Amino acid sequence: MELAGDDLFRMRLIGWLSRGLPVSATPYEDIARNLGCNEVDVLNAIQELREQNIIKRDGIIVRHGKVGYHANAMCVWDIPDASVADIGRKMAAFEFVTLCYRRPRKLPKWPYNLFCMVHGKSRDKTLGFVEELVQALELEDTPRDILFSTRGFKQLGANYGISPTGTGVA
Amino acid sequence: MRPDSTSFELDDIDRRIINNMQGDFPVSDTPYAEMAQALDLSEDLLLARVQHLVQAGALSRFGPIFNAEKMGGGLTLAAMEVPEDEFDRVAEIVNSYREVAHNYKRENRLNMWFVVATESPEEIDRVLSAIESATDLRVYNLPKKQEFFLGLKITV
Repeated sequence: MELAGDDLFRMRLIGWLSRGLPVSATPYEDIARNLGCNEVDVLNAIQELREQNIIKRDGIIVRHGKVGYHANAMCVWDIPDASVADIGRKMAAFEFVTLCYRRPRKLPKWPYNLFCMVHGKSRDKTLGFVEELVQALELEDTPRDILFSTRGFKQLGANYGISPTGTGVA
Repeated sequence: MRPDSTSFELDDIDRRIINNMQGDFPVSDTPYAEMAQALDLSEDLLLARVQHLVQAGALSRFGPIFNAEKMGGGLTLAAMEVPEDEFDRVAEIVNSYREVAHNYKRENRLNMWFVVATESPEEIDRVLSAIESATDLRVYNLPKKQEFFLGLKITV
């Protein structure tokens, strides 16, 4: 696909932004200089990307394990299809639940259809949070598993747009 | 066991920065100066601390998070059952794909869990098939069907 004009500009901007915001007094001006445009074009384009929800969030991404949250657990549940949306919504409202998704089962090996991430400062704390969910949502009889992570290999934001080196689309 | 071998000691200023900069960063000429004022810090100190937090690995990144689907991209969670003695070899293969955004070892028969982000939805299958061929192991594709929440905010 040949990109031109605004689309090309947008993809080049996204390429820069997906590698992180420069840590300098004038980060948007720095990006504009690299893209050969005016700072105001960068500011407007970013506002637009936010309004379109293409940028979901703009800020710090914490590496949990480095800042004291050593017990990161993926909790998985086998919830009847008829109630999974309701349970999912309720689960997501708990402060210690940072992500909550419905996903497909892969029977017979994988019976679970609801996934949530729970971060705690210790394994016991995290297990306590999961127990809180079980009690509050009456999930005592619901098949579930808690998958603690024991090693993290790669925690990178995905790269999008046209890379700053100009070689293709990431 | 811990996902990271070393822990980073945060002080009160680091905490103030992390707890307050997970949302909407200002879009203006001098956004760090604006943020610094809100946090009651000097701009120079804020810049130095953010730089340090990134370099020390406490932050995996600082900047916008894109919505893969809105950009026409593909995104999924995938899992594999990897024999313990082959784990490192398989991890090396999986992590070598630029579409693999992160990868965790977890306690389960399915013990390798990774996120795949691609430029188009069709490419997800291509990448997962390539990983299956390269590792000789099955890859379970678990794309989200419904999202109930999205906010990775944590208080440190």
